[in-house]
Amino acid sequence: MNTPLRRISIVVVTMFIALMGAATWTQYVRAPALNDDPRNVRTLYREFDNSRGPIVIGGEPVAASTPSGDAFGYQRSYTNGPLFAHVTGFYSVVYSRTGIEREENDFLTGTADSLFLSRIQDLFTGRQPQGSSVELTIDPAVQQAAWDALGDQRGAVVALDPTTGAILALVSKPSFDPNALAGHSTPAVNEAYRALEADPASPLINRVTRETYPPGSTFKLVTAAAALEAGLTPDTQVAAPQTLPLPGSSSSIPNFGGEACGPGATVSLAEALRISCNTAFAQLGIDVGADALQAQAEAFGFGAELDIPLPVVASEYPLPPDDALTAISAIGQWDVRATPLQMALVSAAIANGGTTMTPYLVQTVRNPDLEVVQEATPTKLGTAVSASTAAALRDMMVDVVDNGTGSAAQISGVRVAGKTGTAQTTDDAAPHAWFTAFAPADAPRVAVAVIVENGGSQGSEATGGRVAAPIAKAVIEAVLAQ
Amino acid sequence: MATISPLPVRPGRSVELGLLALALALGVAAYALVGLNVTGALPANIFGYGAGMVLLGVGLHVILRLRAPYADQVILPVAIALNGIGLAMIYRIDLSHAEPTSFATRQLGWTAIGVVLAAVVLVVLRDHRTLRRYTYTAMVAGLALVLLPLVPGLGTTINGARIWVHVGSQSLQPAEFAKIAFAVFFAGYLVTNRDTLALAGPKVLGLQLPRIRDLGPIIVVWAFSLAVLVLERDLGTSLLFFGLFVAMLYLATERLSWIVLGMVMFAVGAVLAADFFRHVGDRFEAWLNAFDNDVFNQSPGGSGQLVRGLFGMASGGLFGTGWGEGRPGLVPYAESDFIFASLGEELGLTGILAILVCFLVLAQRGLRTAIGVRDGFGKLLAGGLAFVVAFQCFVVVGGVTRLIPLTGLTLPFMAYGGSSLLANWVVVALLLRISDSARRPAPPLSEFVEPPTTTADLQETEMLRGLKQARE
Repeated sequence: MNTPLRRISIVVVTMFIALMGAATWTQYVRAPALNDDPRNVRTLYREFDNSRGPIVIGGEPVAASTPSGDAFGYQRSYTNGPLFAHVTGFYSVVYSRTGIEREENDFLTGTADSLFLSRIQDLFTGRQPQGSSVELTIDPAVQQAAWDALGDQRGAVVALDPTTGAILALVSKPSFDPNALAGHSTPAVNEAYRALEADPASPLINRVTRETYPPGSTFKLVTAAAALEAGLTPDTQVAAPQTLPLPGSSSSIPNFGGEACGPGATVSLAEALRISCNTAFAQLGIDVGADALQAQAEAFGFGAELDIPLPVVASEYPLPPDDALTAISAIGQWDVRATPLQMALVSAAIANGGTTMTPYLVQTVRNPDLEVVQEATPTKLGTAVSASTAAALRDMMVDVVDNGTGSAAQISGVRVAGKTGTAQTTDDAAPHAWFTAFAPADAPRVAVAVIVENGGSQGSEATGGRVAAPIAKAVIEAVLAQ
Repeated sequence: MATISPLPVRPGRSVELGLLALALALGVAAYALVGLNVTGALPANIFGYGAGMVLLGVGLHVILRLRAPYADQVILPVAIALNGIGLAMIYRIDLSHAEPTSFATRQLGWTAIGVVLAAVVLVVLRDHRTLRRYTYTAMVAGLALVLLPLVPGLGTTINGARIWVHVGSQSLQPAEFAKIAFAVFFAGYLVTNRDTLALAGPKVLGLQLPRIRDLGPIIVVWAFSLAVLVLERDLGTSLLFFGLFVAMLYLATERLSWIVLGMVMFAVGAVLAADFFRHVGDRFEAWLNAFDNDVFNQSPGGSGQLVRGLFGMASGGLFGTGWGEGRPGLVPYAESDFIFASLGEELGLTGILAILVCFLVLAQRGLRTAIGVRDGFGKLLAGGLAFVVAFQCFVVVGGVTRLIPLTGLTLPFMAYGGSSLLANWVVVALLLRISDSARRPAPPLSEFVEPPTTTADLQETEMLRGLKQARE
């Protein structure tokens, strides 16, 4: 029986070589892929063991890590959590990361390539690896003003510096407390997350960057820009009937409240914008043509996805198939959709003489030794309109606030340029109230866009001028008070 | 005729003592490191624990000196080392729970009982050939043990498998002991019937098949135990018994056709089982498509545990996180079914390769014993037991590393579990006992060297010739 015994011992050796091969495969060959698997929570745990850099707003850390003394090493906590939730996002054991926590993760954890030298230093000095701090462009006073002005209404506010693109405020409501999701107790975090997810008001969605709405009359700025670029002037008389029959269809477009736009059959372009005349802009849309409107919309940034570094969904201006839909698109209805950030960019481009600056949220990244690793440099995103068109639009927008539908945004001693919007959604829901503005008109420091979903506290009675303009005013005042 | 002068055999007990010191140091140091790395202080019971392990190891060593002085000198230290490393890891998992558990303390208790049981076996069983008398008793005992969990009131179903019996507050897996009983039965039966099994019978397609009446009893026992295990949903043990059966049949008959036949039977059985039983099909699915999200998230029967174990091993990398520095507790059953993944995470590839080498050495020492021992029964028993240890390792580690489908067996000496530990210490005791008789020097033959002349002398010569042949 010795021969089979010897053979069996060869079989046993073979079995063990196979096992050693399998172990090597798992722990050496496949290890990098397994460690990168999103389902592998160990990678997250390891991150939690490092001191994550703070997110700084206005010189104060709004997201910071403190030693927690439990298995995770550090606890992430958010000062004034709900106020900044849609900017910072959250950093969770269970649900990974969102917001800046996600987009700037490499810097916050200290694993970014540009931090290579400081990692090497840490290795030699034996210092616990630390993440870099990320300073945001958000101005806490402006953010707070936007937050307070929006109140309990569902909606969004975004304010930026039109000359640089730096985002000064980004508020989306309802909001949530990221602290509830950053806990180390999985059941508690699960419960909090499920409750937020189940909330019909979708508090987790960043309405500024991830939600598109019909822009309504605020889109008339784009239509007006297309008309001006096509050679019209603010004084050009345009047709403004009480109702505009839609070509090739039995329906027609009425004006707001069914009124006429002026005493005669025509009004000037400036007048049409001042009172937000639907029929005039619908006709203008047909006259300018769908292609020109689409080109103008894209010049303002429609159709482009941005990283600010939060990802921004593209706003849409689909090419209408006929004149009837071109007319409706021209007043920001049908399938035209825009993010609040996009409408702020429209104002910002006009404020900045026609040039759109790339919006950004991250001002500075500093390593643990407070050396600047990365500094934002304002860059041009594109040219939306010519300088003369921008100037004409600016004066027309000032007239909107001074004498037109945007009077609620008036600030004494400051020339404010704005445009209201009341966007129909579905038949049974109240319209969205829009307002986009910039100020001071001659030396703009802020461009802002406000949307209050379904009219907010005023419901179907709401108009952009009544509900959204006061919010924009509060934001502008906060910027000018600096 | 050449003079037979056996080489002087050294018992090797002092070598064993040196290796034992090393093995004990390994286990106790690991235990201390776990405490230091996890809690920042030595475990409170480090001295009691260390003294206990030393007492057990040295105690068994002394028993060997007295009762089996020629026993293999490597088997005991390897078993102690594996047991000690396993204990340290179980303690480490205890500490990873939010509310520390006390698996390690209980495992230490089981270790004590296991070592004492091994000592008892060595003291009571003076000659392994005695076991051959209990061939059929072993068969009955094996079947009874396998059937035990099905007895209402005694057996319990845990995680879908009905393989435990409750004795007082403890639960045992009788199948662990059944594997020893079956090894004894197979060895006894096969050594008696090996010639008829190997030679008599029809030849089909070049395969020498045995006669039904020769193979009958063993097939019946095996098929019956397999049926019961399927009923109890114990895939691992079914596979283990199957491997034991095929290996021992091959050992006894020296015919490769048995392996071929076995593999074919196994393949057919596996395919049928995967079709008929959902839990078997699930295991295959979890093995083949482990990384599919649907399979990963399926519960029960998904690959979540397997893949989490792989994640743990991957995070260990080449050198591991170190004792207490990983997160093996993230894998369900990290202290029992998945202790190998836990070890992989904290000791790294280097550590688990060393552990695999230890198991390999243990199995090869057992096989070497089988080659050395003179009687067929001892050869079959030692070979069977050594193979079953190696095969159990293969099934467990292969399952955890996704080499083969996961079946749910315990890693000998390492995984948490009383039955497994007791059974494996008995296996070690039996191997030690057989190795003592394998390495014991033959009685001096020099006085028989002169060629005898008388008729009576001639008869004696024939006897001696037989004796000599048997020794070769």
